[in-house]
Amino acid sequence: MLDTVGIPALEDLYAHLPESVRFAGSLNIAPGKSEYEIIDYFRARGSENITARANFLGAGVYHHYRPVLVDTVVSRGEFLTSYTPYQAEISQGTLTAIFEFQTMICQLTGMDVANASMYDGSTAVPEAAMMAMRITGRNGIAVARTVHPEYREVLGTYTRHQPTSISEFAYDEQSGQVDLESLDRALNENTAAVIIQSPNFFGVVEDTKQIADIVHAKGALLVFVFSEAVSLGLLEPPRDADIVAGELQSFAIAPSYGGPFAGVLASKEQYVRQLPGRLVGETKDANGNRAFCLTLATREQHIRREKATSNICTNQALIALMATVFMAVYGKQGLRELAEQNLAKSHYLGERLWRRFNGPYFNEFVAVTTPRSAEEINSLLQGLQIVGGLPLHRFYPELGNSVLLCCTETSRRADMDAVAEAFGA
Amino acid sequence: MIKKVRQHPSQNEALLFETSSPGKVGYQLPALDVPGVDPVDVLGAQHVRAEIENFPEVSEVDVMRHFTRLSTWNYAIDLGLYPLGSCTMKYNPRVNEAVARTEGLMWIHPYQPEALAQGALAILAELERVLIDITGMDAVTLQPAAGAHGELTGILLVRALLEARGNPRRKVIVPDSAHGTNPSTVHTAGYEVVNVASNHHGMLDVAALEGMVDEDVAAIMITNPNTLGVFEENIARVAEIFHAKGALVYMDGANMNALAGISRPGDYGVDLMHLNLHKTFSTPHGGGGPGSGPVAVKEQFEPFLPLPRLRRATAGWSWDYDRPKSIGRVRAFYGNFGVLVRALAYIMAHGGEGLKRATQDALLNANYLRKLLEPHYKIPYDAPSMHECVFSNPSTGAIAKRLIDYGFHPYTVSFPLIVHGAMMIEPTETESKQELDLFAEALISIAKECDENPDLVLKAPHSTRTAKVDEVAAARKPILKWRGP
Repeated sequence: MLDTVGIPALEDLYAHLPESVRFAGSLNIAPGKSEYEIIDYFRARGSENITARANFLGAGVYHHYRPVLVDTVVSRGEFLTSYTPYQAEISQGTLTAIFEFQTMICQLTGMDVANASMYDGSTAVPEAAMMAMRITGRNGIAVARTVHPEYREVLGTYTRHQPTSISEFAYDEQSGQVDLESLDRALNENTAAVIIQSPNFFGVVEDTKQIADIVHAKGALLVFVFSEAVSLGLLEPPRDADIVAGELQSFAIAPSYGGPFAGVLASKEQYVRQLPGRLVGETKDANGNRAFCLTLATREQHIRREKATSNICTNQALIALMATVFMAVYGKQGLRELAEQNLAKSHYLGERLWRRFNGPYFNEFVAVTTPRSAEEINSLLQGLQIVGGLPLHRFYPELGNSVLLCCTETSRRADMDAVAEAFGA
Repeated sequence: MIKKVRQHPSQNEALLFETSSPGKVGYQLPALDVPGVDPVDVLGAQHVRAEIENFPEVSEVDVMRHFTRLSTWNYAIDLGLYPLGSCTMKYNPRVNEAVARTEGLMWIHPYQPEALAQGALAILAELERVLIDITGMDAVTLQPAAGAHGELTGILLVRALLEARGNPRRKVIVPDSAHGTNPSTVHTAGYEVVNVASNHHGMLDVAALEGMVDEDVAAIMITNPNTLGVFEENIARVAEIFHAKGALVYMDGANMNALAGISRPGDYGVDLMHLNLHKTFSTPHGGGGPGSGPVAVKEQFEPFLPLPRLRRATAGWSWDYDRPKSIGRVRAFYGNFGVLVRALAYIMAHGGEGLKRATQDALLNANYLRKLLEPHYKIPYDAPSMHECVFSNPSTGAIAKRLIDYGFHPYTVSFPLIVHGAMMIEPTETESKQELDLFAEALISIAKECDENPDLVLKAPHSTRTAKVDEVAAARKPILKWRGP
């Protein structure tokens, strides 16, 4: 090959680069390792992380069972090692799966259109906010303090250099739901969108319909956020929202220390041209057969450049495929039963503890640890190989001595009993 | 003659919604070990949904066959050369998949106490170290979820640094050869985009840039090697010019597969850059994600990097949230950890010398293809190629589709925009001489077909299960979900 190129040595391939840009040293990276050594290294690192018997952390990342079929499907090289489906004729596998994904997200959320997925729930939120600003021509965003704290931080980072004014509204001390008076005060003629999450960060289910009426009366849009997708198997979907932004980690996506996950962005039909991200549409091929392709690309950066709806280029195709397989495996009946099991488990534990809020809850709740401290209880549990709940004072200083606990279908009764006991219940 | 493929039966498959039948299930759940609760009782009737209309009802076998059949309709790097320019479609080693599924890495919760996540933090610290070494930078954030997300993080960092110096400035210069995410990112970060034309070699026009840069310019975004696959030989000079005016140099590292081990942007004036781990470091593209876009920076940007930052403490690794100058969070948690694990596994398998050799092989493959194809296709800009080569032909779209009949995925079509009829080809180091020869033969044969039987090329592909797809109709009346039987 060197002869064909007409050079004697590999180094001559870049001999034309000026001396000043060539790296003369050698990288400080150990010589190449064998497969066995690599596996050994990562096993050793894995064993330095706790492998708990049970984990009661939720707060946006949930321990759900992952059906075996999920990894079987996404490990197929045809899905794993293909690129973005720009060449529709040889990408119908990915395109068809995304079309099914978009459809199922619409069925679950009650929205009319859903895109092919976003990076994650946290980045879907600012995209939803900016979308609402483009639609309404307003620039105020009011966000509930019960939206995931990290999602709110990401919203702040993204909009810092946009003409956006962000305000937060409070939760009700008793119910843990949105405080409607506080919401009302946060609204004005400039409000583009109100952002709520349900179940909210405290696990409490919001009255979406009532909130939507208040928001719409002011001409603003309602952005509905979810971080626990399994709840949609049982809870009334946010039909009254205008835009839905969510996180799909619960659908067979491993916690994996926080990523990669997949985000949802869905909306009412009339806003589709302002929806960022990739979209797959149905069409026909030259023989008249049904076919799918990427569509409405005129919204996107590779066509519109600085005028695009977002700078997002990729979606999370393989992760969205995991969620798609998960939804197919569980199906209509299974997703409901799964959600009902989560509800039963969380209520088994929740009803034995001093819950901070009395609003309806799905699979998470805030428990008061008094007289013990959150740290005391968690270290007790750690001794039993159990990871306890999330101490809330880090995000909500006013909620000292309380933890956010999550129970899923994987929580065993004996472990929940151990948690109750650690609380002194 | 078509050598690489011949036809075999391809299974038909309906959508899941169309094969559903009421009551069919594919899941198992254990029996509840706690008392059941009535959802209406504990949630209130208004919060409980009716059944999910038209949601799939299929068996496990149905699911397996459905997705297996769909998968066979895809082309993939596992099937052969995937020469998309600037996409770096290289082989995805399976050991990377295996280690990402290590029990102690896959099942750790981002909020588990740091003391119980030391192995994960050690992996992140090691990846930071090697990426700093490869780029010649001083610090790196692993958080951005993709290349475009890395760009946004980078431009927010530029803005934060300049604000701290007293003036964020107004404009960012983007060459016309840049990927569309560059101008779009600039806009999102609140800057005005100034496009600059390339010179007649397709390179940065130093004189033009010198005339443009003033106290209003915050930065320039340079893709290097650029989208013609050409190293920007004046990049160090451009950096001097920008630095003299207090402006910064951002490098889009999408094409780092041409540089790893042989050239470090931090050594010649680049202030900050992003990497695409799903390109240079072999993490699978997965049909369009997940990616990962770490941003490597010079010392002066370190205080502004996204929250949180890894910190070495006496008791081990921890997360530092107390960073008042930080641009804030760019996403929840700490990055696409599973992707970061795969990238580190790739780097470990290669070692320092192996990374350099991979780069050399990538350059060799691109230059070999260029030599084979030069007599048959026009090279619009005659500078030496690095890891990819760009030809031009007014029939680029049709030739791309005809390549499919020969058993190959097309190259990148009509990009970069500065080349009329661009055919952008990046073979990567993955490919053997045999595969490259087959590919060159295919393109040479198609060049002949263009002259002798243009209709054959214009109406391609002829052998796919799906014939040419009507994308215009899809956009005219969008059908974005299944609408029922």
